[in-house]
Amino acid sequence: MLQPINVSLESLNLITLAPMLIAVAGGLIILILDLINGKLHKSLYVMLTILVLVVDFGATLGLNVNERGFFDVMLIDGVSIVSQLLIIVASIIFTPLALTSKRFHEYSYPEFFALFLFMVAGFQFMVASDNLILIFVGLETASLALYTLIALHNRSNSYEAAVKYFTMGALAAGFFAMGSAVIYGLTGSIELYRVADVLAARMNETGLMIAVFGSAVLLLVAFAFKLSLFPFHTWAPDVYEGASAPLAGYMSVVPKVAAFVVSIRIFGMYIDLGVEWVRIVIIVLAVLTMTLANVMALVQEDVKRMLAYSSISHAGFIIAALALDTTEGTTAIFFYYALFMFTNLGAFTMLWISRHKVRRFDARYDHPYEKFAGMISIRPVGAVIMAIFMLSLAGVPPFSVFWGKIYVMQAAVNSGYVWLAVVMGLNSAIAAYYYLKLVVYMFLKEPVKDVDTVQYNSSKPLMAVVGFATLATVAAIFYVQPLVSYIYYMISASGY
Amino acid sequence: MENILSILVFFPAIAGLLGFVVDKESARAYGITVAAIEFLLSVWLWFSFDTANAGMQFVELIPIIPDFGISYYLGVDGISLFIILMATLMTLIGMMSMSITENIKNMIITLLFLEMTMVGVFVSLDAIIFYLFWELSLVPMLYIIGAWGGPLRVYAAVKFFLYTFTGSLIMLVGMLFVAYVYHNLTGVWSFAITDWYALVLPVNYQLWLFAAFFVGFAIKVPMFPFHTWLPYAHGQAPTIGSVILAAVLLKMGTYGFVRFSLPMFPDASVMAIMPIAALSIVMIIYTAMVAYAQKDMKQVIAYSSVSHMGIIMLGIFAMNAEGISGSVFQMLSHGIVSGALFMLVGVIYDRRHTKLMSEFGGLASVMPKYAVIFGIMLMASVGLPLTIGFVGEFLVLLGFYHVSPVLTALAGTSIIIGAIYMLTLFKKSFFGPVTNEANKTLKDLSSKETWSLVPLVLIVVWLGVYPKPVLAPIDNSVKAMLAFMDAKAITQEAKDMIKVSKTTLNRGEVK
Repeated sequence: MLQPINVSLESLNLITLAPMLIAVAGGLIILILDLINGKLHKSLYVMLTILVLVVDFGATLGLNVNERGFFDVMLIDGVSIVSQLLIIVASIIFTPLALTSKRFHEYSYPEFFALFLFMVAGFQFMVASDNLILIFVGLETASLALYTLIALHNRSNSYEAAVKYFTMGALAAGFFAMGSAVIYGLTGSIELYRVADVLAARMNETGLMIAVFGSAVLLLVAFAFKLSLFPFHTWAPDVYEGASAPLAGYMSVVPKVAAFVVSIRIFGMYIDLGVEWVRIVIIVLAVLTMTLANVMALVQEDVKRMLAYSSISHAGFIIAALALDTTEGTTAIFFYYALFMFTNLGAFTMLWISRHKVRRFDARYDHPYEKFAGMISIRPVGAVIMAIFMLSLAGVPPFSVFWGKIYVMQAAVNSGYVWLAVVMGLNSAIAAYYYLKLVVYMFLKEPVKDVDTVQYNSSKPLMAVVGFATLATVAAIFYVQPLVSYIYYMISASGY
Repeated sequence: MENILSILVFFPAIAGLLGFVVDKESARAYGITVAAIEFLLSVWLWFSFDTANAGMQFVELIPIIPDFGISYYLGVDGISLFIILMATLMTLIGMMSMSITENIKNMIITLLFLEMTMVGVFVSLDAIIFYLFWELSLVPMLYIIGAWGGPLRVYAAVKFFLYTFTGSLIMLVGMLFVAYVYHNLTGVWSFAITDWYALVLPVNYQLWLFAAFFVGFAIKVPMFPFHTWLPYAHGQAPTIGSVILAAVLLKMGTYGFVRFSLPMFPDASVMAIMPIAALSIVMIIYTAMVAYAQKDMKQVIAYSSVSHMGIIMLGIFAMNAEGISGSVFQMLSHGIVSGALFMLVGVIYDRRHTKLMSEFGGLASVMPKYAVIFGIMLMASVGLPLTIGFVGEFLVLLGFYHVSPVLTALAGTSIIIGAIYMLTLFKKSFFGPVTNEANKTLKDLSSKETWSLVPLVLIVVWLGVYPKPVLAPIDNSVKAMLAFMDAKAITQEAKDMIKVSKTTLNRGEVK
């Protein structure tokens, strides 16, 4: 006779699931609405999505720090709250970009918004757990939704991008599963806090290091794919190019934040266990990623591809902070992304505004540099805003990314990695060249074509997003203090 | 008005923002008015400045990011006071004499933002705020060179930006490291320079940090062998760009040495005397020779500019009151004189659209007023007694004589070589018969040009004859700084090298 298992509802602590459930329910509501009336305008769905995300934001903000729920599968610590908030804010900024003045294929399907909300829920699951299976489920939910969103753009190169991303994603998922399997084989557990305990106890056994090495390498490869670290970054520029500009901007922030959280949990564990070469490998990867991505960005002819390489390089910058494994280093990751998010989404929105149905400047590229030539005389305000985004990305003070940069560099210096800070500084200098190239085109060259080229797709919601991003970029100095103290508090509260 | 420094910093920026509304036709008048008000404000600052006090005055301190230890911290002492005055004056005069008509509104707005960053650099007492203005000053200059410059303008502008940006990022790492050390010793984060002064660092730390700051400042000065961006920048920049670049932006580098390197790393600075002196001598003699070989008037002045910056560097590392005060004074005189010379070259370029000396000859008979003013400025540049150029150069050489008579003698050749290339330039362009037909009908200085240049001539003569009102406050602050460095130095060589004059020690509080 099987004993019935009694589970009290209180012990499940369902509130920890609330944010994800809100997002999933929102997605379902959108699908149901579409069933009832198929002729609703996309603006309705956009606003509904934003509202759902706002509720989601509120629910996340209200969570208590350091709680577990649902058979201890859910883990709500400071890292997961901060990262969920980042994910939701980025999603809220992203959503209104559907309201372009020109019609684009993907937004005519309500499924786009439902998928989008499912994806957000997937990322939230991914960051709110230290159970390798739930992380995997969250990762795959989010990724499959994301592949579909890319393909919905309905262009030949977006199919290419989606398939490429899918293939690489599947490969990464395979590595992740195998890495998890090795961990399970070693410790008999898939919950990281138990894994850490068991490994700590068995650390002295002979021959164990090879297995630890194996699991770490497999997981490192999986996350190097997700974070687009060298040498697993090659998919990124093509995928960014094929995806629509807003989605590319989104991909450079949200999936990476989620992957960073999991990396902090997994590789932080290895480093805490004293497996020093994980730290070394990550630092080497970080230096290679930022340097090589910067060098490759120099020769790009398309602004979007340039921004893709620049995102890779920024990811390399931040992964270095992860290797430090200090409270400051971990804070730096979220702080950097919080600041980078506004600027980067702003820059991709500017590309989106200038997007044409047909390629008017180049047979191959949507956004060649020539497109922005002489923008100062066509759209002075737009040119100044774009220049501010570029200077911010280059790390010119007082714009937002600068503060993230000095925080990361300070964290490196504080941990004794002065040379790393110098490498970061030199990389910023290399990066300045390609950001400056766009500024030079906009300010110092003559326009190639006539007036409508750079604001073709403009609409009030898009302008509002750009305005908000500009404000957040320029006025960073005024909110850096509350932001950094909040993140630092949350991170230290969860013990990283 | 205790917050006059904030007003000085943000007035041009706000004026720049409002300038977007001003009509294109009136932009020039608007810019000149704003620059004039800014100049009057800085003169007011001078009059309310207590010359007997060697420490920081008009201090403002508002914490912005306490978790990082970054605060909005401004202050001015005798060293920075006159550089600020010079910056506002040169911006005003540069604007008055400006001959650009294309996109004039953009130019005015850019110049006003540039003025904010220039004043900001010299009044910041917080390293990050300093860095902020320092980096921000690159952007307007990039635009000025890139948009209004010569045929190679984009190359020159980007080269200028990248060179300086790279150097300052290394400097930034240095700053972060100092903050880290400060945090380790005191448990508090702080980027305030005055807090950093209190740090007594081990010599090997000092050497590394000195090197990090050196890269940032030396590229800006520009020290040999980092000077290669400067001839391009000057060669391609419009007149106003060259004036501001030579007069103010280069001074940021030398000012940085005085404000950061010397008081923070006294032992490392003393150890660096000989290497820096060697570089400076090379810079003085080599670029002077290069200047002689130029065919283009503007390039002559650009290279002479580098050569004179060498004199300033030499004075700073003399480690005594004469040398450093002389250097600060030379910063002012070089700002005014080279600014004026660039304006003068601009005058002839506007008329003939060429700067090649071979195109000219006999200009003195066609343009007498022009020739007189050019002559005076040229003499000041060479360092003729009773002009502003003599005071600084003499003091620097006097100061460095205590360090090394031989090197001083070598540096002294700069006056001779300077006289050679400057007088050759003057001879080729102004004397002899008018050979080129196009030059026969050239107009002499217009009233706009005269009114811009005459004030500079007056200053050159006034401060050349009676430099005391400016030199005394500078000297006061410099002596206080030297006394402080001497007290702080840990090695005996440094203590021996740093010459403290006992006379002024009791005057004024040391930081």
